Amino acid sequence: MVALLLTACSKKNNPEPEFDEANLAPFSIEFDNIVGDRTLTFDNTASLYTNAAGEKFSISFLQYFISNIKVTTASGKTYIVPQEKSYFLINGADKSTRYAKVQVPEADYTKVTFTLGVDSLRSTMDLDKRTGVLDPAASGGHGMGGMYWGWNAGYIFFRFEGNAPVISDDANGDPTGKKQFKYHIGGFGGYTAPTISNIKIITLDLTAGGTAKVRKDRQSNVHLLVDLMKVFNGKNAFSIAAHPSVMFSDYSVSVAQNLSEMFRHDHTEN
Amino acid sequence: MNRKHFTVLLIMALFVFACKKSQPMVEQIEEFLGFQKPSNFPDAVYNLEANKVTKAGFELGRTLFYEPRLSRNNTITCGSCHIQSSAFTQHGHDVSHGIDDRLGTRNSPPIMNLAWNKAFMWGGGVYDLDLQPIVPITTHEEMDENLANVFAKLQAMPKYTALFKAAFGTEEITTARFMKALSQFMVMCVSSNSKYDKVMRKEGNMAFTAEELEGYNIFKQKCASCHAEPLFTDGSFRNNGLPPSAIDDQGLYTATLKLGDKYKFKVPSLRNLSYTAPYMHDGRFLTLSGVLEHYNSGVATTANLDPLLNGAKPGIALSETEKQRLTTFLLTLDDEEFIKDKRFAEQ
Repeated sequence: MVALLLTACSKKNNPEPEFDEANLAPFSIEFDNIVGDRTLTFDNTASLYTNAAGEKFSISFLQYFISNIKVTTASGKTYIVPQEKSYFLINGADKSTRYAKVQVPEADYTKVTFTLGVDSLRSTMDLDKRTGVLDPAASGGHGMGGMYWGWNAGYIFFRFEGNAPVISDDANGDPTGKKQFKYHIGGFGGYTAPTISNIKIITLDLTAGGTAKVRKDRQSNVHLLVDLMKVFNGKNAFSIAAHPSVMFSDYSVSVAQNLSEMFRHDHTEN
Repeated sequence: MNRKHFTVLLIMALFVFACKKSQPMVEQIEEFLGFQKPSNFPDAVYNLEANKVTKAGFELGRTLFYEPRLSRNNTITCGSCHIQSSAFTQHGHDVSHGIDDRLGTRNSPPIMNLAWNKAFMWGGGVYDLDLQPIVPITTHEEMDENLANVFAKLQAMPKYTALFKAAFGTEEITTARFMKALSQFMVMCVSSNSKYDKVMRKEGNMAFTAEELEGYNIFKQKCASCHAEPLFTDGSFRNNGLPPSAIDDQGLYTATLKLGDKYKFKVPSLRNLSYTAPYMHDGRFLTLSGVLEHYNSGVATTANLDPLLNGAKPGIALSETEKQRLTTFLLTLDDEEFIKDKRFAEQ
């Protein structure tokens, strides 16, 4: 009992160690997907979600890339996770993928920064350097839930699909009659000439929800809530009926701006 | 020495001669030279340093090129729409004819001198040869397959595990290895032995006829700004004034979403035109005379019409004689050695 108390005390008073880039410890960001006031459930046809436009919908697919993680201390010291260890594919249907686990120096961090998507540099690298989740063959190709566009070489950063009764069966809706919505948001900015860029860099302040005290003997975890309702209800709010399918188009820029709003820091587990 | 003796001696001498000559020739055929830049060509654009062409890699690439398992139901190979005897186009098809008799929307472009290509597809979107095969493999109207399935099918075949091991050291099939092997085959498909090339390289006594020379001069004056020598394309995307068809293919715009790119398509090479009809991104012209008449009288002033075609009278004025001479010159760009080169054929 005494020992436990002592441990607890020492944990609380654990002073911030000297910032040393070689002194790495485990750190993770958890992407906990939610839908407004509710948890994320797939194919929730019996209990549909409702967006701000009053449209009811279910969700069938969610996947997005998180990359280029950076952490910052209160005194402004930063650490950028080496790029080759900093690409994660969050699959809403597979809870084991919800963590981006990295190594950062022992310190107390008040800010995390990450990219929603894949940076343009990696998007144009030699195939040898695009393995794991970045392999264009990963997850079965574009039609099968994959995250790579062949015809316009690049990654889909955010892929979100579902059904909504409000979608029409004509060419303005879903001509297959399945009433499916599909949001495949990508675009790294062009290879030779600038084109649309939907890469979003997101920085979250951790001070209110709890700083990340990264130490070797624990697993500091920054728990984020990722609110999919913001896809529809963000600053560029839109209705599913008006835009049931958004892929590589000018309108995708507007949707991508909503995506930045999805992430909020809930708490930190130290 | 009587006549009989002389004949025997002569025959013996011929044998000796034949032996001496055939020995180094056999070696030359067997020696794999890798990628060779023709002396009249510029430096390649493809990064050959990152994917050095080896004999085993090239042979694997060739086998993959002719492998029907790249398609969903194992019926379509790359060679189905890129036929060597048609300079690796799909002869007689305006648009590509793929799996389950599905039709695409564009004409199969030639697999030819791709090492000098900066961008791929008629409408762009792909900027690295290593990424190009993903498009036909996954496109619904072409092979309609996904890469993971292709790799699973190949990995189960001892033929392929052996070929991958020979080319890359282990039996593992990865996206990078698969694509780089195909690139090794494709960059080797160099067409540089047309009469034009031989004249330019001053090989033997090769020279243009008077009519060819006349045509060449007209070409330099009226065509070469886009169809730049020696590749006969400057690799750019331009709107050459084709009236949009019913499907309203917007070309490069689809990949860039820039209004200034609407109706721009890649400038194709003019090599091997005898084998690659029909012409244009949608194969709308069956003959060269149709193409030349388009430039003479058919250019439509749609959005982004190329400034070079947008004069007082749109297009390029060509008299009947000029068209004839031009055609005569263009035929000197046919490279029969290329379309008959056994190295590029299905083995």
